[in-house]
Amino acid sequence: MTKNSLRRINSLIELQKLIEFWAGKPRPEKIISLSSASCGRASGALKISSALDKCLRELNLTDRFELKLTGCHGFCQLEPDLVIFPEGYFYPSLYPEQVPAIVEKTLLAGEFLHEFAFKDQQSGKVYSRVFELPLYQKQLRWLLDAHLDLDPLSLEDYFAHQGFSALRKVLTWDNQEKVIDLITASGLRGRGGAGFPTGLKWRLARNVESQEKYLVCNGDEGDPGAYMDRGLLESNPFSVVEGMIIGGYAIGARKGFIYIRQEYPLAIERMEAVLRSCRQVGLLGEKILGTEFSFDLEIIRGAGAFVSGEETALIASIEGRRAFPRQRPPFPVVRGLFGQPTVINNVETWANVPLIIRQGPEWYSQVGTTTSKGTKIFSLVGQVRFTGLVEVPLGISIGEVVQEIGGGAPAGRKIKAVQTGGPSGGCLPTSMFNLPLDYEALQAAGTIMGSGGMIVLDDSTCLVDLALYFLKFASGESCGKCAPCRLGTVQMVEILERITRGEAQLSDLDRLEKLGRVMQKGSLCGLGRTAANPVLSGLRYFREEFETHVVRKQCPALVCRKLITYAIDREKCRRCYLCLKNCPFGAIKKEADGWPYVDEELCQSCGLCLNICPKEFDAIFKKPRYSEGGEGRMVDYENNQGLNRK
Amino acid sequence: MNRELKPLEKIKMLLSNYPKERHHLINFLHLIQDELGYLSEEAIELLSEHFSLSPAEIFGVATFYASFRITQPAEHEIQVCQGTACHVRGAEAILEEFSRQLDKHYGEQGWSSKVSLRKVNCLGCCAIGPVAVVDGQIESRMTLTKVREIVRRLYQKDNLEKIREQNDQE
Ligand SMILES: Cc1cc2nc3c(=O)[nH]c(=O)nc-3n(C[C@H](O)[C@H](O)[C@H](O)COP(=O)(O)O)c2cc1C
Ligand code: FES
Repeated sequence: MTKNSLRRINSLIELQKLIEFWAGKPRPEKIISLSSASCGRASGALKISSALDKCLRELNLTDRFELKLTGCHGFCQLEPDLVIFPEGYFYPSLYPEQVPAIVEKTLLAGEFLHEFAFKDQQSGKVYSRVFELPLYQKQLRWLLDAHLDLDPLSLEDYFAHQGFSALRKVLTWDNQEKVIDLITASGLRGRGGAGFPTGLKWRLARNVESQEKYLVCNGDEGDPGAYMDRGLLESNPFSVVEGMIIGGYAIGARKGFIYIRQEYPLAIERMEAVLRSCRQVGLLGEKILGTEFSFDLEIIRGAGAFVSGEETALIASIEGRRAFPRQRPPFPVVRGLFGQPTVINNVETWANVPLIIRQGPEWYSQVGTTTSKGTKIFSLVGQVRFTGLVEVPLGISIGEVVQEIGGGAPAGRKIKAVQTGGPSGGCLPTSMFNLPLDYEALQAAGTIMGSGGMIVLDDSTCLVDLALYFLKFASGESCGKCAPCRLGTVQMVEILERITRGEAQLSDLDRLEKLGRVMQKGSLCGLGRTAANPVLSGLRYFREEFETHVVRKQCPALVCRKLITYAIDREKCRRCYLCLKNCPFGAIKKEADGWPYVDEELCQSCGLCLNICPKEFDAIFKKPRYSEGGEGRMVDYENNQGLNRK
Repeated sequence: MNRELKPLEKIKMLLSNYPKERHHLINFLHLIQDELGYLSEEAIELLSEHFSLSPAEIFGVATFYASFRITQPAEHEIQVCQGTACHVRGAEAILEEFSRQLDKHYGEQGWSSKVSLRKVNCLGCCAIGPVAVVDGQIESRMTLTKVREIVRRLYQKDNLEKIREQNDQE
């Protein structure tokens, strides 16, 4: 499959033949699929690939076994991993030294090497095949399954996975409305956060009379802690392109833009390569596949601003301006890019389009709840045993995702909450774990579906600290155009900081709620309107934790630095003095009898001692700085307000 | 052939085949930064002519976005992820330790000015966090002790080069 084999495809029939040819082509004896998206590479996937390549060459096996550098397999914490098909054998966390044994035993002799297998530390169970892995149970991997054995850059391989058959299908219908009807009937809703019905959005844009219309793929993925879109762009870029060409045909656009954030260089590189291939064969450009339809795509690199993910700001950014949002209406479907009707959809939304066309809307809408159909990809991360990219049927409960797919809390810990929707979302406590993943249900519970970040928090996470983190993020990313967001976020940060220092008063909590409501109502764009959600949901479900900070000056999770200090357990300490030698503040001293102790006056709670104390000793522990009742400094800022105002 | 061109000339050459519509501005700012490492005043002047925009307008756009730099970058760049997933695994302490290591232990010799330390919001590798990027290389599962190793490694690498240079001169 060399680059040169790409020849122009002149008609829909030719395309059909190509798809049939590649889909029907006999597969090699074994496919060795190496996960090599960004996180795989960060964990050394390329070393594994060169070791494998070398080994296969030396033994003259390249004809029998095909090495594929695929995208993300999903079990990101075990990168780099190998899946060997047809058996589906799974080898996690590989080192190059393991490669010869795998080639000799598994590829040549067909034996599975149990010593390299994934072992669940908690149950002691060993897993040999990828679909048996606990993380894969309960998933419905409509989009993600292809990532296991698809070469993201190979058009032929995409054909072999029925790629572009959806495009072929719609181009044979002269009726573009039919495409929109189909998407509408499937019940697909935007996967970028707000969940607007995609079919309706397309129809609105189609119905506007205009010479030029545009499409945009929103790959800004600003939610810090989520990477579904990176996963899709790196692992199956053709599917996004196919979705967009179909969208262009449906609404009558000739041009589309793919906006990808700068922090994802590999996604940009792969998308560039994929667009080149598509142009070369005539899947993009003038008169696509010999039809009358012309369409092209251009990549725009984002530049590190969260607000540019908001649709009107995104438009400004693509136009080469500062990413300032503007008032809506007019909505982008009426007046968008360059003043023309524009459909903006998220990466995952676009990736769903070919699937729906191929399988039909009835098939698609079988899965889900009344208002939320199909599947959704989440990046399941945080304090959970198994982390990675997971795709689940909508309507599944949060608890199932966390406990069954994610395997629950790490040993000795307790799960406390789940955060979805990033800086625009909120936390749900374990008591809400029966809640189904459904746009409306999540909204009613004070959070949002969001773009798919799902961060599991355990008892070592402080909800006040997390709320502060999100508000700091929002205030840093606020574009500053409207006052409720610009000033509200800063005020919230100040109040939350006081709480984490034990200097707040109970009335501050009410003040936070009031501020939050003003921001929700008064802000110009979604950033400001949702920025208070992390605080409001925190107060709704974890008010007690906030109050403990205020009243008792204690942080139950032992996170807020001003409220904790460290101590040394004499029973465990072996007096190696590593902590004493390394404390940056000289806060660890020696008693007369030689035992080290922490001088709480000097301790800045940096945590280095805890980190440096040898694991087998484990002698350092955190403790509250103030005993019950607290001696924390109390600032009477009620009477001081005049000074705070600038 | 291109390699022999001075960066600014190369930019001129790139600009000469580049469309003049404004929506290419941000992509071009990226190209320049890839080439020069930052957006120099001269480069912005060139862009201003090409796109018929005032330099102030272009500066305004460039400084809005966190990815663009208008000062020359340091020799080494360390980015520490401060995304949510990394945050709940202690990313703040990692950032602090980097800064402490650089200031405290390597500040005197003036070496730490060669290192720029930046925060980033999520590198999309959240499952293997906390994450840092050291000279373009992603470092996963950071700990405070790993921070020390990384800084020491960078320092030693630079000094080895220095020693080698000295040897060469002799
Ligand atoms: C502050 C802010 C940031 C956003 N960031 C993103 C983003 O990173 N990716 C995304 O697809 N949508 C993002 N959105 C939502 C977009 O405005 C828009 O609703 C979405 O791209 C529409 O696509 P969809 O209908 O397919 O979801 C953001 C919205 C706001 C208010
Ligand atoms: S939060 Fe650090 S890589 Fe995503």
